[in-house]
Amino acid sequence: MRVRLRFTKTGKIRWTSHRDVARVWERVIRRVGLPVAYSQGFSPHPKLHFGLALSTGHESVAEFIDIDLDDDSPALPSPDELDALPLRISAALPIGLEVTGCAVIPSNTTSLQQAVESCEWDIEIRNVAPDAVEAAVARVVAADDLTITRQRKGKDVTDDVRPYVLALAVVGSTDAGTLVHAHLATQPRGLRVSELLALLDPAWEEGLVRRTAQWTLIDGARHEPLPGPVEPTSTSHATVRAS
Amino acid sequence: MTVWTELEPLLAKVQKPARYIGCEDGVYTPDHHAGAASWLLAYPDTYEIGLPNQGLQILAEIINERPDGAAERTYAPWGDLEELMRATGLPLFSVDTHRAAGDFDILAFNLSAELTYTNLVNMVDLAGCPIRSVDRSADDLLIGAGGHCTYNPEPIADFLDFVVLGDGEEAVGEITEAVAAWKQAGKGDRLEILRTLAGIEGVYVPRLYDAVFGDDGLLVEVVPNDPAAPATVEKRTIADLGEWPYPKAQLVPLTEVVHDRLNVEVFRGCTRGCRFCQAGMITRPVRERPADQVRTMVSEGLQRTGYDEVALTSLSTADFSGIEQVVVDTVNDPDCGGQVSVSLPSLRVDAFTVGIAAEIQKARRTGLTFAPEAGTWRMRQVINKLIREEDLYAAVRSAYSQGWRRMKLYFLTGLPTETDEDTLGIATLARNCVEIGKEFHRNPSVTVSLGGFVPKPFTPFQWFGQNTREELQRKIYLLRDELRRDRGVQLKWHDPKASMAEGLASRGDRRLADVIEDVWRHGGTFQEWGEHFDLRLWEEALERAGLREEDFVYRHRTEDEALPWDHLSAGLHKDFLWQDWRDALAEVGLEDCRWTPCYDCGACTGYGIEHVVASAVPPAGGSQGTGQDLTVGGEVPVTLLPSKPAPVGARA
Repeated sequence: MRVRLRFTKTGKIRWTSHRDVARVWERVIRRVGLPVAYSQGFSPHPKLHFGLALSTGHESVAEFIDIDLDDDSPALPSPDELDALPLRISAALPIGLEVTGCAVIPSNTTSLQQAVESCEWDIEIRNVAPDAVEAAVARVVAADDLTITRQRKGKDVTDDVRPYVLALAVVGSTDAGTLVHAHLATQPRGLRVSELLALLDPAWEEGLVRRTAQWTLIDGARHEPLPGPVEPTSTSHATVRAS
Repeated sequence: MTVWTELEPLLAKVQKPARYIGCEDGVYTPDHHAGAASWLLAYPDTYEIGLPNQGLQILAEIINERPDGAAERTYAPWGDLEELMRATGLPLFSVDTHRAAGDFDILAFNLSAELTYTNLVNMVDLAGCPIRSVDRSADDLLIGAGGHCTYNPEPIADFLDFVVLGDGEEAVGEITEAVAAWKQAGKGDRLEILRTLAGIEGVYVPRLYDAVFGDDGLLVEVVPNDPAAPATVEKRTIADLGEWPYPKAQLVPLTEVVHDRLNVEVFRGCTRGCRFCQAGMITRPVRERPADQVRTMVSEGLQRTGYDEVALTSLSTADFSGIEQVVVDTVNDPDCGGQVSVSLPSLRVDAFTVGIAAEIQKARRTGLTFAPEAGTWRMRQVINKLIREEDLYAAVRSAYSQGWRRMKLYFLTGLPTETDEDTLGIATLARNCVEIGKEFHRNPSVTVSLGGFVPKPFTPFQWFGQNTREELQRKIYLLRDELRRDRGVQLKWHDPKASMAEGLASRGDRRLADVIEDVWRHGGTFQEWGEHFDLRLWEEALERAGLREEDFVYRHRTEDEALPWDHLSAGLHKDFLWQDWRDALAEVGLEDCRWTPCYDCGACTGYGIEHVVASAVPPAGGSQGTGQDLTVGGEVPVTLLPSKPAPVGARA
């Protein structure tokens, strides 16, 4: 049985790495006694599948993890127990990580890393006024192509990244600066938040950055990685709770 | 007051920001109220090195359980953050609630490595506190230290207000009480609290003592200059480890640290009597934790933390009475799902059996390290590590037969009376181990790890003149050349350059404070990190202070000369240590006193305490492989544990 969970990563814990969070999950699974399946071989490890890595320092309210459970285990959760799972796991997670959704998915579901086509972000730009950001956003949105050179697998690669910018707008101001909402495609190479920021103005400093949604594309329609239709919007919405 | 708002913007600019956020599972919420003495417990190295330190975690729990105490933790900020902190005026802070160091009453360090001393000075400075005790006023932090290094605190005596010798479990409560009372009374005269602290057993207040030097530059004595200071400060020893089931909630960090697993201390102290080993000398006698308490701490700890590995820690874990049963019970505990691995650090080869090997490799094979320490039987008699070659080969055979393909052998070089034959004996042992491996596997491998010996206070080798850097290097290269063609043996060694600085800090006197401050002022922090160690800084600092390394490090000391730590006591009689030193030079070994008559070293008799072990029968391998008949005991001071030990959490 494969279970997909949605979880948040907010507050101080945002300074941990993707790898740190993976290790937290391995311990939490054991603490709550979830009958996770283990890989075979010389050094067995629990079968956990993570989605797109979140940069150290970024928050998220839309992280996902797939967990393979041992179908032969007597501790395999019943439907009722599955409903209670988010609260049970959240209680064992460190502050700042919280499970906000849970569903059983087919074991042959495309991996999160391949299935997710785009992510939405709230990006705070420190110490820059909204109108200055507006101007830069307008320039990026109006551009026909945006060619950047970046390192991929140790090589310099030149890409037109304009197609990755699905939406970009100033949405308000914060204590520390201006808040921008961005919807960025992730396939095949994706555009990172830091790369977008450099396109807007290389001198600007990133403040609080939060991933607000991840989307898969099925027959041209956007779906959240958890089953069940969720209306795509351009604002934060990943608050569907299973409990 | 929290400095998180000031700290957070800096985190985006540093490596490994998770070092500074705290948020560990199991962390206490400290209650800082006006009547509570607040401790900032510090480990003077990075978070990854310092977090697993059990001493710091034990003391934090004990203090936070007290109504008159509150404790948080801090670690040395890495250079990138330190630079930003100094640029923005951000002081040293706790990782628990990100409280500024200056808002605490006490900043206390755990010192387990001498090369961290410059980090200590740096952290006191980052805390906004004058680095020398004499320059501090009543409002400044009280700077304290404990841990193995503090058996000779003289090189850092000028930086410290108080030092705790020995086990801290009881002393920390008494200090808390004294400081809380002083705080409630409005923190008057600073000397007043220092005098009060000096009256607590096991607490040394360096300012209340003068170091007297002769015309020849040699130390004459360290004597009290105040009636509140005792002439000799005796270490503290907790009589029964079973009464202290700490840490009750071992911290689980969010980011990767060394020893990232559950650690359960199964006993404290060791009486094997290895003459190079300071830990074995200063932590006597042996005090075992009741086996049932170990089992409870392991199973509750694994469930609470989610770790899949537990280390049973001590100075020689295979000596724990009934160790095999504890390992079997842990590995086969149904609650652990068959996925728990047990690691046994500090395994003696004469107690490593096929049975233990078979059990600990059930879940996952962890690394295996044996420490023969020296290459020939003659040399091992000198250092009193009396394991025979057959013992080593039997242990290695057990491991290979149970599926291990590689193992690590730990050796020291630069030992007293060491000849090139002894050094080259290491190559012979390693080769023979590889040959045994070939009976079981195609490409067995053995890693030889070679460390330079640094003599430590309160050991029989405290009088021995350390090998020079050049001599250590020569021996390392001798062995490297010898092993050049051996495919199965990899040689790794510690850079002998740092051994000189470690020697200075280990056996130096109060004059070293100028040297340590000088090295720090010239940027010499993180000196225990190979890439940061800078020998030139130490040599130049010595020259500026008018001191010679020869006098502190390389010179053999004489029986009648004063040692900088003579006014402190680890319970060991100085004449016992001197006799053991003479025995070493005569190549005479000394059996483990757990199962043989008492030698009256002083550690038990001086404090009216005894060994606490559950078994009157020595472990496999007997008494150090000497084949001595152990059934003929004498006056053996052993307290057998009661059959029903106290459960975890219960306090006598």
